[in-house]
Amino acid sequence: MLQVNGLRVAYGGIQAVKGITFHVEEGEMVALIGANGAGKTSTLKALARMLDSAGGSVRYRGKEINRLPAHDLVREGIALVPEGRGVFPRLTVAENLEMGAFIRNDKSEIVRDMAHVYDHFPRLKERETQLAGTLSGGEQQMLAIGRALMSRPKLLLLDEPSMGLAPIMVQKIFEVIRAVAAEGMTILLIEQNAKLALETSKRGYVMESGQITLTDESQALLHNPKVREAYLGE
Amino acid sequence: MSNMFKMPGMQKYPVVGLILVAVTLAALPFLVAMTGGQAWVRILNFAILYIFLALGLNIVVGMAGLLDLGYIAFYAVGAYVWALLASPHFGLHLPFWVILPIGAALACCFGVLLGSPTLKLRGDYLAIVTLGFGEIIRIFLNNLNAPFNLTNGAQGITRIDPLTIGDFSFSAQSSLFGIDFSGPMKYYYVLLLLAIFVIIVNVRLHDSRIGRAWQAIREDEVAAKAAGINTRNVKLLAFAMGASFGGIAGGMFSAMQGFVSPESFSLLESIMVLAMVVLGGMGHIPGVILGAVLLTALPEALRYGVEPLQHMAFGRQLIDPEALRMLVFGLALVLVMRFRPAGLWPSPERRRELAEKEA
Repeated sequence: MLQVNGLRVAYGGIQAVKGITFHVEEGEMVALIGANGAGKTSTLKALARMLDSAGGSVRYRGKEINRLPAHDLVREGIALVPEGRGVFPRLTVAENLEMGAFIRNDKSEIVRDMAHVYDHFPRLKERETQLAGTLSGGEQQMLAIGRALMSRPKLLLLDEPSMGLAPIMVQKIFEVIRAVAAEGMTILLIEQNAKLALETSKRGYVMESGQITLTDESQALLHNPKVREAYLGE
Repeated sequence: MSNMFKMPGMQKYPVVGLILVAVTLAALPFLVAMTGGQAWVRILNFAILYIFLALGLNIVVGMAGLLDLGYIAFYAVGAYVWALLASPHFGLHLPFWVILPIGAALACCFGVLLGSPTLKLRGDYLAIVTLGFGEIIRIFLNNLNAPFNLTNGAQGITRIDPLTIGDFSFSAQSSLFGIDFSGPMKYYYVLLLLAIFVIIVNVRLHDSRIGRAWQAIREDEVAAKAAGINTRNVKLLAFAMGASFGGIAGGMFSAMQGFVSPESFSLLESIMVLAMVVLGGMGHIPGVILGAVLLTALPEALRYGVEPLQHMAFGRQLIDPEALRMLVFGLALVLVMRFRPAGLWPSPERRRELAEKEA
């Protein structure tokens, strides 16, 4: 579904992503793990067209999307949950979700999808009329995921959903990510929390200073001595 | 229509409330003329002009969250379009229904012109660029009397045609149905109609898809893009719409005054309009209207009130009213921002947000 070839990202003269190649098949969850500064978020930002890449190609369902404007990707079926949440703080929870359906105008379907998001996150239903800026970090992350789902994506890009959250909240969020994946959603997950990401995903890529150094089935990576040493603290 | 204008009493008797408001607005110039004379009717008219300006700027600053310190430039564009197309300066005397749309359209073009290079700027950076833009326009107006005399420089343009519809002039005194209407009074009714139109457009915009897109980019640009909003076009649209309201207000200003010069479009004016938006309640249309009326009327009230008061208290004038006016004005701004940071009449969401933050 997504085929990335030799993608490069540079900030001024510094290369953050040095030509990486990976792919995501329809219906699978793929994790991209790595330490701080490995270039994971730059990769995702370039995929979502929030950043201009310095080279390489990104093909999505056979179509080159590396030059499309960011706002067109949603129409193609790609939804980004940006790093650090990215909710609209001065809109209510319900308004945030409605904003996620900005490109759609099938009113009754939107209402149904909203109910579905609330099924995933009962907590959001309770806080429906509250301003998003007043939610807790975990609730904001839930809202960001819910908002992305409201565009009915085919491919969901998640940027560090566990960042800065309490362990109990991280568990809750990953439960929902698993549930969404079980419904058949294709997901590319970017995570620092390697253990959690690999336990959740089917396949994984390990990124180190702008390059992909290792790839395998997630279960195998979990038992790979290199990964265990570098990312699982053993 | 949105429910933002609903007040407790209005819900029960909407028709009665509406009639009451209409009668008050219709009778207002007569009441004002009786108590304060024609000068106050003129001030009333300026208050309405400032409502246009404040609502226009509210689109840019309040809804889309783009801090614009050069907004008065669009007012200037509208004013000069009227002045050039309806005065002896070029010998042109086009009717209002030609000039006003041209003024609005040209201001709109200038809005896009300002918007396009600043698309990637936010906050302080955007404020500096827009401030520069406002000054550029003013300085151009000041100096475009050579090599070709376009604006007549600092002397400005005089003997501008008033608003006329057919043979009916809005500047002279006339009597209709046995009632005497002065020039400013007639302008008041035109402005009032225009104001109602502008307010309806603003309310509709606020609740529209575009309005929601503006709020989204104000809140978080990355998230807005991720939601599929074309942030570039939506921002340009905010600049363009805001500017055209400024252009219309400028045209009416020219017609009312009969004279324009670059002096009327200084940075202080931009800041004044911004203060109206912020003081009233950013992004909340009734609040912005209140801010515009208060900030137009209060300084004038001080100007007219301070002199007799000083004479009464000290027997002579101690402080120049002009100086005192700015002093009191500044103090009022500080106090409002300290005690009502969301503005005098903020939107319910804003008020709740601040309440929740303090809790």
